Amino acid sequence: MARIFMKGCEANAESAVRAGCRFFAGYPITPQNEIPEYFARRLPEVGGNFVQGESEVASVNMLYGSAQTGTRSMSSSSSTGISLYSEGISFMASARIPAVVVNVVRGGPGIGAIQPAQQDYLQATKASGNGGFRMIVLAPSTVQECVDMVYEAFDLAERDDNPVLILADGVLGTMMEPVELPEMKSDEEVAALKAKYYEKAIVGHPITDRKLGVPGSVGTGQEIRNIEAAAMYKTWDKDIRCEEYMTEDAEIILASYGISARISKAAVKDLRAEGIKAGLIRPITVSPFPYDVFKNLDFDRVKGILDVEMSIPAQMKWDVEYAVQDRLPIHECLRSGGQIMTKEKVMEEAHALVKEVL
Amino acid sequence: MAKGKVEIRKESCKNCGYCVKYCPKNVLEIGMEVNSKGYLYVTAARPEDCIGCAQCGIMCPDAAIEVYRED
Amino acid sequence: MMKKVYARTTGIQDKVSGFCPGCMHGTVHKMIGEVAEELGIMDRLVRAEGVGCCGLGQNYVSYDTTISPHGRACAMATGMKRSNPDSIIYTYQGDGDLASIGLAETMHAANRNENITVIFINNGIYGMTGGQMAPTTLLGMKSTTTPEGRDPEKGQGYPMHMCEILNQLTGPYYLERTTCTDPAHVRKTKAAIKKAFQNQIDGKGFSMVEIVTSCPTNWGMTPLKAVDFINSDMLKEYPLGVFRDRSKEEKEAE
Repeated sequence: MARIFMKGCEANAESAVRAGCRFFAGYPITPQNEIPEYFARRLPEVGGNFVQGESEVASVNMLYGSAQTGTRSMSSSSSTGISLYSEGISFMASARIPAVVVNVVRGGPGIGAIQPAQQDYLQATKASGNGGFRMIVLAPSTVQECVDMVYEAFDLAERDDNPVLILADGVLGTMMEPVELPEMKSDEEVAALKAKYYEKAIVGHPITDRKLGVPGSVGTGQEIRNIEAAAMYKTWDKDIRCEEYMTEDAEIILASYGISARISKAAVKDLRAEGIKAGLIRPITVSPFPYDVFKNLDFDRVKGILDVEMSIPAQMKWDVEYAVQDRLPIHECLRSGGQIMTKEKVMEEAHALVKEVL
Repeated sequence: MAKGKVEIRKESCKNCGYCVKYCPKNVLEIGMEVNSKGYLYVTAARPEDCIGCAQCGIMCPDAAIEVYRED
Repeated sequence: MMKKVYARTTGIQDKVSGFCPGCMHGTVHKMIGEVAEELGIMDRLVRAEGVGCCGLGQNYVSYDTTISPHGRACAMATGMKRSNPDSIIYTYQGDGDLASIGLAETMHAANRNENITVIFINNGIYGMTGGQMAPTTLLGMKSTTTPEGRDPEKGQGYPMHMCEILNQLTGPYYLERTTCTDPAHVRKTKAAIKKAFQNQIDGKGFSMVEIVTSCPTNWGMTPLKAVDFINSDMLKEYPLGVFRDRSKEEKEAE
């Protein structure tokens, strides 16, 4: 397959269309605008439907509606917009509806900044809405990973009957990189996917075989479904993915995800050139989180961890600390509010950590 | 001979009184017995006067009345 | 031989509804089932239901139903209809759901002339949650959040006339307000509902029927007294009639 030069937002959208996505609803918010814009052009070409919602609240509920018909459906927004998606995502998780949501994260909290950040980590991985449901959350660090993850997200969503979140950021959304795009699902494959979902779809059935969307119920119904969902979440251990770069003999570990992890990888190379045995642990699924990778560190060899995130206060650090349980000092290397992480900043903080622990 | 007849699902009646009010022939009355929910359900007190106009059925919010008419 | 001239519709299940005595939600649910039978669309029918007393229908109607977050039924129905145009989709919403929290979704679905049918129950109050003020509560009308009667001087605003409001938009195809106070009006409501569904079958676009109903429980009245209140007060604020019917303009254009 040929590689083409593509912007992150647009690569997300094209990958979704190739995965059979035939519905997108979204609302303008920087830095994810090119996703709805791309879908607006592309979906009509493949017989799909694009709607610009009057708000994020409307858009997530259009997604919820479309997803219930068995049509592969997606929506995207950025940070404050994703906050408005919370109720809709919670409903979809409660009613076990497969859908894909992309958060191209910007500075926060509040209106924050239109430039990139990673300040939605805890929201994304712990509580994307009320009720304590869980989601698989994939954190790309390259435009290629955006393509691969969006494409896979539709399969994961349908496998689990659960929404899936892509936790991207404004850097990935607006940068261009060469990517290899997946094969386009044929119209027959797309039709087959929808037909397969008919049994659960809210599309009209004979009243002897009536379907009821159930985002909640009185009596014991909700608890029964919560127990089912909890059992399903436990099966996600098999889905955990994490990149370990030069960690075999590392004495300090940089812990980072998404765009910050790419910058950290560059720093690891430079540190190694200075003779410092550094390594990188990059969670790829930030939910389920790769706790074991940190739990199983060689605590005699590894002396310290540097948490590198575009978030102040730190957020992924909570998960790293939970795994490490005070067996190692964890220093922070943080930017936020739309300020981009730099290699120089990572090198500076890494040297400070080395001075203290090595 | 009555030109019409009503059949009342006594469990569905909630004693709202619409059918009694709108029956043009004053056939219906709130009865003296209660259903399992404790509502005094409606009965056809003067069935012979029923003309099968179905006003009662149309008004009933709970579809508790089915109506027959001599054809 | 006696022929059955009025039967219980198959559009509702064989059970007792959760609605209060005299609540016209029940009447409307019944008629939607009757209309679906008459139009032969029962197997294609999908209900996108709001939250509130309107939500009591989910285990009462007999066809596919989904529950949208409070106020979002028109947005959900948009997604459903766009992705599955073969379904006949209607939203079923109360005044809180449609005119308060869901006002934007309703306005914009109308503005896009989405090909959906909207059944809007206007009983001037929040029923399910125990009688709070709604956008359609009449001036002077008591509610648990307007204990001395709704008063604009206290910042409680004025009754909102949804047919008239949506009629300002170019988009919507059909807007009618009816009531269920007596057999004649019930028949008119059924005719309006049937037209609103026929518009969708014909692909004409956004059709809303606003039905002025009562809430005996939260109005603190008997069902029959509540019917009188509709006639004496509600209908003065909410005049009945067809506010928009583009099929007329299309006929004239022919």
